[in-house]
Amino acid sequence: MSEPAGPIVITTPFTQVARLKAGDSVLINGIVYTARDAAHKKMIEALDRGEQLPFDVRNQIIYYVGPSPEKPGGIIGSAGPTTSGRMDAYAPRLIALGQTGMIGKGLRTPEVVEAMKRHGAVYFAAIGGAGAYISRCVKASEIIAYPELGPEAIRKLRVENLPAIVAIDSFGNNIYEVGKAHYRR
Amino acid sequence: MKILHTDEIIAAVERLCMEANYFLGEDVLAGFERALANEENPLGQEVLERLMENASIAREQEVPMCQDTGMAVFFVEVGQDLHIEGINLTDAINQGVRQGYQKGYLRKSIVKDPVLHRENTGDNTPAVIHYDIVPGDSLKLTVGPKGFGSENMGGIKMCKPSEGLEGVIDFVVDTVDKAGSNPCPPIIVGVGVGGDMEKAAILAKKALMRPIDRRNPQPEWADVEAAILDKINCLGIGPQGFGGTQTALAVNIETFPTHIAGMPVAVNINCHATRHKELLLKGRER
Repeated sequence: MSEPAGPIVITTPFTQVARLKAGDSVLINGIVYTARDAAHKKMIEALDRGEQLPFDVRNQIIYYVGPSPEKPGGIIGSAGPTTSGRMDAYAPRLIALGQTGMIGKGLRTPEVVEAMKRHGAVYFAAIGGAGAYISRCVKASEIIAYPELGPEAIRKLRVENLPAIVAIDSFGNNIYEVGKAHYRR
Repeated sequence: MKILHTDEIIAAVERLCMEANYFLGEDVLAGFERALANEENPLGQEVLERLMENASIAREQEVPMCQDTGMAVFFVEVGQDLHIEGINLTDAINQGVRQGYQKGYLRKSIVKDPVLHRENTGDNTPAVIHYDIVPGDSLKLTVGPKGFGSENMGGIKMCKPSEGLEGVIDFVVDTVDKAGSNPCPPIIVGVGVGGDMEKAAILAKKALMRPIDRRNPQPEWADVEAAILDKINCLGIGPQGFGGTQTALAVNIETFPTHIAGMPVAVNINCHATRHKELLLKGRER
């Protein structure tokens, strides 16, 4: 694999999906929404009842994170990505509605990758466990839905230069597969 | 007989929970340095550098290194000549967890029923507590806050004795291979071999409490730890699963005698934020 070039700056709403390739380093800027599996389950149930989602997912990026509580005067606590696989049961439906980006960590199912290819979406991997580091990129945070879920509530975050890697691009190329194969002995 | 009051235990548990989440151990930090020197993938090197920076931010600002501040897992050694005064010991440990997670701005991640009522208990209790009765008149507390990105990737196999050492090695390596990027590599691999099913599982967790620069005291098992580590680092997973040669920082194995018909093997994977902190509380004369 070649040395990665400088990071690509992404701004939300996120529409330039096809430009990104697996392995690209990116810096994400703008509004991203947080949701873990409990919030995803509630969103899918809302759709099943014919209700509106708490926010319009079209051209938006969802960050799979449940932050720790902020200290007094702080914006957010530690805020690294959670394991994306727990959202796999729900993600294809939101992608079909126009969601274009996901930030998380770890493997995805073929169903999610298929939806990403069909509708055009990118899966970004942030560094799992680097919660203190990533929290510095969060400039504003507001709970907009499901406060009863505690750390799993949906938040609207404003982020600046949140570093991530394109793990799976909209063509289905997957850094986890390519990288592993390259270094396997 | 000596006396220890639970007020002292509550205060100790509170402090341990916070410190374990803020201050990554020197053993793991040294592991990062070694991994950085050996990692071949530039992307993996970048990940390791960020993890080192993350650990120093957490240490300096006293914030959790990872937002998953874990389920609070305790290994408690109670000296049999110690008398504990105050409230029930388990209640005291849970009270310490409650206070530590509240005062330390740690995330509360426990739901009250695993299936039917997944509602957050709001204070990160109850803790998982493993007690051992030991000689002496003091109390040793070891806490290992355990994130579930890695916990979910563990496994147990009741191997046949005929599978031999090769069977043990294959099961451990295969479990790590399937986990891939999910448990936040570079990982630490805890392995419990022997006993019965739950003994093997507890040993695997206990193995994660051992500093990663300390090998199994039995040289033969220390060799097995090294052999498994080599195999894991040939899997190609690398830091964060982006590909690379540094998938695990260490393999820690604990063993126990077992039944003539069995050879249980449990694997408990820990992320790079491997947190453990211990404290010895001495009893006092009345």
